[in-house]
Amino acid sequence: MKRYIARRILYSMISLFLLSVTIFLFVRVTGDPAVLLVEPGASQADLTEVRKQLGLDRSLWVQYLSFAGDLLRGDFGKSFYYRSPVLEIYMDRLPYSLMLAGAAMFFSLLLGIPSGIIAAVRVNGWWDSGGKMFALLGLSMPSFWVGLLMILFFSVYLGWLPSSGSGTVLHMVMPAIALGWFFAAAHMRLTRSSMLEVLGSEYVKLARLKGLSEALVIGKHAFKNALIPVLTLAGINLVIMVNVAVVVETVFAWPGVGRLLFEGISFRDFPIVQATVILGGAMIIVVSLIVDILYAVIDPRIRYDR
Amino acid sequence: MTTSQAAALTLRRGLASVRSVRTEGFPLIPICIIVGFALLAIFADAIAPYDPQIGVLGDRFRPPAWQTGGSMAHSLGTDHLGRDVFSRLIFGARVSLVVSFTAVIVAGFLGTTLGILAGYLGGWVDQVIMRITDTWLALPALTFAIFLAAVVGPSATNIVIILAAVFWTRYARVIRGEVLSLRERDFVRLAIVAGCSKRTIMRRHILPNVLNSAIVLGTLYLGVVIVTEATLSYLGVGVPPPQPAWGLMLADGKKGMMAGYWWLTVLPGLCIMLMVLAANLLGDWLRVKLDPQLRQL
Amino acid sequence: MAGPLLELRNFSTHFVTARGTRVVKAVDEVSLSLDAGGTLGIVGESGSGKTTLALSILRLLPKAARIAGGQILFDGEDLIPKPESEMRKLRGKRIAMILQDPMASLNPLFTVGDQVSEPLRVHEGVRKGPAWIRARDLLKSVRIAAPETRVREYPHQMSGGMRQRIVGAIAISCGPRVLIADEPTTSLDVTIQAQYLRLLRDLQREHNLALIFITHNLGIVAKMCDQVAVMYAGRIVELGPVRRIFNAPAHPYTRALLGSIPRMHERGRRLTAIDGQPPDLATLPPGCSFEPRCPDAMDICRAEAPPALAVAEGGIARCWLAQPGRVPEAATVKS
Repeated sequence: MKRYIARRILYSMISLFLLSVTIFLFVRVTGDPAVLLVEPGASQADLTEVRKQLGLDRSLWVQYLSFAGDLLRGDFGKSFYYRSPVLEIYMDRLPYSLMLAGAAMFFSLLLGIPSGIIAAVRVNGWWDSGGKMFALLGLSMPSFWVGLLMILFFSVYLGWLPSSGSGTVLHMVMPAIALGWFFAAAHMRLTRSSMLEVLGSEYVKLARLKGLSEALVIGKHAFKNALIPVLTLAGINLVIMVNVAVVVETVFAWPGVGRLLFEGISFRDFPIVQATVILGGAMIIVVSLIVDILYAVIDPRIRYDR
Repeated sequence: MTTSQAAALTLRRGLASVRSVRTEGFPLIPICIIVGFALLAIFADAIAPYDPQIGVLGDRFRPPAWQTGGSMAHSLGTDHLGRDVFSRLIFGARVSLVVSFTAVIVAGFLGTTLGILAGYLGGWVDQVIMRITDTWLALPALTFAIFLAAVVGPSATNIVIILAAVFWTRYARVIRGEVLSLRERDFVRLAIVAGCSKRTIMRRHILPNVLNSAIVLGTLYLGVVIVTEATLSYLGVGVPPPQPAWGLMLADGKKGMMAGYWWLTVLPGLCIMLMVLAANLLGDWLRVKLDPQLRQL
Repeated sequence: MAGPLLELRNFSTHFVTARGTRVVKAVDEVSLSLDAGGTLGIVGESGSGKTTLALSILRLLPKAARIAGGQILFDGEDLIPKPESEMRKLRGKRIAMILQDPMASLNPLFTVGDQVSEPLRVHEGVRKGPAWIRARDLLKSVRIAAPETRVREYPHQMSGGMRQRIVGAIAISCGPRVLIADEPTTSLDVTIQAQYLRLLRDLQREHNLALIFITHNLGIVAKMCDQVAVMYAGRIVELGPVRRIFNAPAHPYTRALLGSIPRMHERGRRLTAIDGQPPDLATLPPGCSFEPRCPDAMDICRAEAPPALAVAEGGIARCWLAQPGRVPEAATVKS
């Protein structure tokens, strides 16, 4: 197992490296990077100054090294608007995004896993058809539209929930549902197919042959095995949620890193945009690594592999 | 058998056939939806009653015809600038459809080609393409697209390029996998023995066999691309105004929504949802039809 | 105790499609009987209905299956009218079954000890501690070395032969009267097969088990079984003591399987290929289902399906040729 972990860590590091290269190249290679990295409304003199600072006259390779060096030191640039290091701002906002993603994930699993299991156990029944319909809708409705509709219904018409901001738990309900809706459908689908596969397996057949009650067969033997792929996916989805929450956070004015990205593009504050994308991508890579390692620890098949 | 038992049996049988038609039969409804939107988009100039970009400020926030205060003059109401919603929806269909379809096709081209090259040629070509693919796949499509839009600036062409650039990786991965197994098949080996050049083999033998998967992937991602385009529009980095786009209409509509002008939010979103639903259903059906092996996609 | 331990009388299982249009007669009018301590082999090609028959006894059939008639008598009681809750008490406790693929039969996420002790905990209410100790003893009785360590390990850490023994241990854990083994050695290496069969034989003797051996391997049948039932297209076409079947097979299908006409000289000879395909079980002909492929078919075979006719040296055969007065060599061969 140690070898597996070491290999996985190496792959992640390569991915992180390639991510930074990609972002770097895109900025440097398309058009004049100085325009991006300078405040909106700057003069020609400012542009020249920035160009010199960035060392755009040096070779690409050297530029990259200084860029990477900055990143490793934690220097992600300074926001024009906030006039403080972007990393600080990002870290301030990150907990909010994590909270929202956590709530959304909880909602999606709460809805997705049980309905997926029931759909599989009562395959082709009414619950299954209903589940398929729900999954289809969930995957077809854009998350921000779900959010808007909920605001329309629960804030404007019913006045039950606040439409923006982040003070109380109530503030989190609608954004969490809007964000988690799509993933609930995806999780339901995966749980269903995973469960169906497990229910058709030989060891479930043997469990029935042992005379175990249906509840025990499904609850003990089938359940744990069926959940493995779902939880793996959920782990990755959590970080993906943090990233794609940009639009839900914007709709609800939730002060997370998604909203930060929106501010970045609205105010043409490029350092924020660049940093958010890099950090978001890095988070995904790191969390995939952690999930894979956890998986190795939990699944005895990998744990004891020689 | 008693009458009630017979009735129950008939009901069950009838519903069973309805269920199976829905899942296995020809997807009439999705195709109608897509064709309907396409026709609206193509003939927008003729069908739309008003210019979508010109609004009469005195006519702001008119509700749809069936509500009090509405009229058939503006069947689906007007927005905050007095522009006709129906016209904007039709022209918005044009933007959404053209951008999304084009992006999906371009991404498909690019992804399939690179996937074939990577899978068939192997070696460093494979390594390079795969490393890029894996890294770009790590970034969620939306984040990447936003980043690119911030870098190159939004315009209709740019959005298509951006979406294609973000989504080709999804094709490449799958196609490469298929090519890897195709490479070992006898008809390919025969072609090699017969002296065909690598280019010929890739073009005449490999390509037709992966076309199925490519099409299926296209239908799979069409819905995602449509939503991504709408999201980009909502955030303000999509096709720039005053061109109407559904996502943009939703963003504009938010201000009105808080005052209760629901149609500005519900209607554009409904269009998006119908379009995506149709694409997904069509994709599901195609997937089963074209290759049952791909069902796990 | 009088009477056989397990007896099937004219038992049938049909598969019905959702709309009721196709009826597949997977098991058709099967009758057989098994005494305590006896061994019955069920032989046939894949698709002949052997596994469906076994699952029917335990009532573990898929939703599309219907029991279409007959009786299954276990210790004198008919199992068919029993509710599911009672069947569950039988499974694993009084009638046990081993499946073909030992790796797939064991749940990869639970320890061997957990899975072996499970029937004890469920059926006999044994508590976790004592159940584990008994699990360890069970592993010892199926001849697994170092059972104390093995008990805590996971299935993937063991070889195929060991896994199949574990499956065997699970099966005998609650002291069943009948053990059904569905192709238990097919996935094992040839060298391990003999060991495993010996183990089954010993377990049978120790626990006075009645054994039903489902296989397509006649060599195993010859070694292990007292009586043999040959299945074709869902029916038992021949049934009898193993010696008689091997020395004087009465049904052309059995004969073809044994690869000899009309007498068998050597054992272990290669099976001869039979022309044609097994029939579609949804559209069986009115006559004998083997007739299209039978080298000795007569006109009556196409018209009327033969009943189970008694064979002189023991058992039955569903073949007109088995009728007294008809000598196989003198039969009119179909042109």
